[in-house]
Amino acid sequence: MSLDLNRKKVTKNAYRITKRRNYSAIRIRVPGGHLDASLISTIAAIAEKFGDGTMHITTRQGFEIPNIPFERISEVNAALAPVIDKLQVKNGVVIETVGAGYPGAGMRNISACIGSRVCPFANADTTALAQRLEGELFPNDFHVKIAVTGCPNDCIKAHMQDFGIISICEPVYSYDDCIGCEACVKACSRKVTGALSMRDGKVYRDERRCIGCGECVLACPTAAWTRRPGNLYRLLIMGRTGKKNPRLAMPFLDRVSEDVVCQVIRNTIAYIDRHILRCLPKEHIGYIVDRTGLEVFKQEVLAGISFNKGARVAKTMQWPGYHTLNDANFKLIKES
Amino acid sequence: MSESFRLSAEQFAQLFEQLSTAYLLAGPKRIAGAGRFSGTDLVRYAFLKSADELELHEKSWFSPKELVFPPDETLFYFNGQQFTEATLPDDHEIIVFLRPCDINGIDRLDRMFLENAGVVDPYYKRRRERLHYFMIECRESFENCFCVSMQANRTSDYEVALRFEENSVQVEVCGQKFVDLFARAGEKAEFKPEFVSENPVRVELPTEETMPPEIFNDKFWDEYDSRCIACGRCNTSCVTCSCFTTTDLFYGDSRQCGERRRVWDGCHLDGFCDMAGGHTFRKDKGERMRFKTFHKIYDFRKRFGVDMCVGCGRCDDVCPEYISFSNCINKLSAKLKGGL
Repeated sequence: MSLDLNRKKVTKNAYRITKRRNYSAIRIRVPGGHLDASLISTIAAIAEKFGDGTMHITTRQGFEIPNIPFERISEVNAALAPVIDKLQVKNGVVIETVGAGYPGAGMRNISACIGSRVCPFANADTTALAQRLEGELFPNDFHVKIAVTGCPNDCIKAHMQDFGIISICEPVYSYDDCIGCEACVKACSRKVTGALSMRDGKVYRDERRCIGCGECVLACPTAAWTRRPGNLYRLLIMGRTGKKNPRLAMPFLDRVSEDVVCQVIRNTIAYIDRHILRCLPKEHIGYIVDRTGLEVFKQEVLAGISFNKGARVAKTMQWPGYHTLNDANFKLIKES
Repeated sequence: MSESFRLSAEQFAQLFEQLSTAYLLAGPKRIAGAGRFSGTDLVRYAFLKSADELELHEKSWFSPKELVFPPDETLFYFNGQQFTEATLPDDHEIIVFLRPCDINGIDRLDRMFLENAGVVDPYYKRRRERLHYFMIECRESFENCFCVSMQANRTSDYEVALRFEENSVQVEVCGQKFVDLFARAGEKAEFKPEFVSENPVRVELPTEETMPPEIFNDKFWDEYDSRCIACGRCNTSCVTCSCFTTTDLFYGDSRQCGERRRVWDGCHLDGFCDMAGGHTFRKDKGERMRFKTFHKIYDFRKRFGVDMCVGCGRCDDVCPEYISFSNCINKLSAKLKGGL
């Protein structure tokens, strides 16, 4: 019998149309890019049994298994049950039938750097936050890219996301413990923004320059610098790649709590639902904000949020990027 | 003469409270989230509000030397005409809970600040005289401890020794000062503290009476040139490092009024041996390692008859570059044995 496929349904189930007729590829979500090693063998077995025995590590830290015949989707979904149970259900995603595969594919895998479980620079457990967000946001059908990074080094490239979450800290200075060795001042000026300077043998911190990276805490040999308890974040928004207008995400909220970050992203999903142009196959969130204007976005996503003390919001937003229609800038180097 | 008692944990907590009315009590305390890496705690010496703040299961990152030799201390104030010595903020006596190695460590500081060349440092002395040692019995090593090799695992210099058990505390009280308090708080017992007699980490000290001069310029030290990053953590965490720098601080725009402070410095830190004119002794990190090593296990002994290092192992605990001082001593001894 010929294949009679509801393309939209299979796409929503995380299978995609591929170049090879009648064959698909499944995308496996790994929130935070961290998983039990044993799940790899489950995923590998699927690739070997239903695909061509290969699998691709995606840019968003998931897996994609190519060359799966469309007709075997239900078998693949059944085989995926333990993976979805561990990576979605256990993280709080409500799924009616676990054996029926992924209930959505719009929101992309939430990626994260390795975070404070391993990395000395990280200010927070990025894996845990990615998993929390998975539980709160998945499934939804909107094409939203989220990534969490442990410090402003931004190894996960939060600057390329719709929501780039940067974990930061508030450094606290103990005047009496400081011996004026200048280790923090050197670290800050060499690696960061030069927010620290020496005054009378002690350290002065320019709060407007400090980005909360925590380098001073790492550098201090007397623990005169410590992190104020409680995780804080800088939320960058509306960065993107793409054919039209690639641009870097820029800071929208600063020194906000984890709860605020989660609430703002949840509000954004509702905002998208109200404003998205449904005549397009998928309108990306950044272009929706371009259309409604920042003020509408701001009003709607910040509505009803109880901000932590010290939270700050950007007055204006300017995204560095470019429109790809720039042929006028090119000149011929070689004719043929 | 000493008497011994057993107190229930509750009785001890009450006694602690009672002591708090007359003394400041200091000991290793866990400070949540204050560690160098996010989500980690810092154990350091601090004043304690209650007995349960005493951290007994982890070695403190910094030593109790801060009680007698603070990281930053104002010595006197001046105004162009005269100067006034700084007084201590209070005259409380301090009970400090500490382990035998640290008691021996403060003994090394005593030699430096009270006996060296016959000069008594008054700023040290007035803090030192306030201390009462409540020794935490230490029967097992922490990671990197090598107190036994340094013969700093034992001491009799304490007023009270304490063994913390599951639901009780056994104490030996020496002298008269605290005996009544403990006698009223608990019941009589037979208790003498034990001391750790073996560490997993052992060091073999050089046996040379006089170091062969060639070792000072030997290639042995070169590896530390590239390994050490001069962060100074080995100095700041060390109970026996006693170096400081003095600095004058002027108030506002004044060129007359200000104060003189002494602030911790250390041989591994940049600037430690900068001279007027820009000359620097021990520019290379390997030279700094050599200087520290010989001071800790050779020079100090020549002057005071005892090694400076007490083998607490904190320098090994805290080095971000995994430079191990105990390994350095052993490698040095092997090198000297093998002939240069």
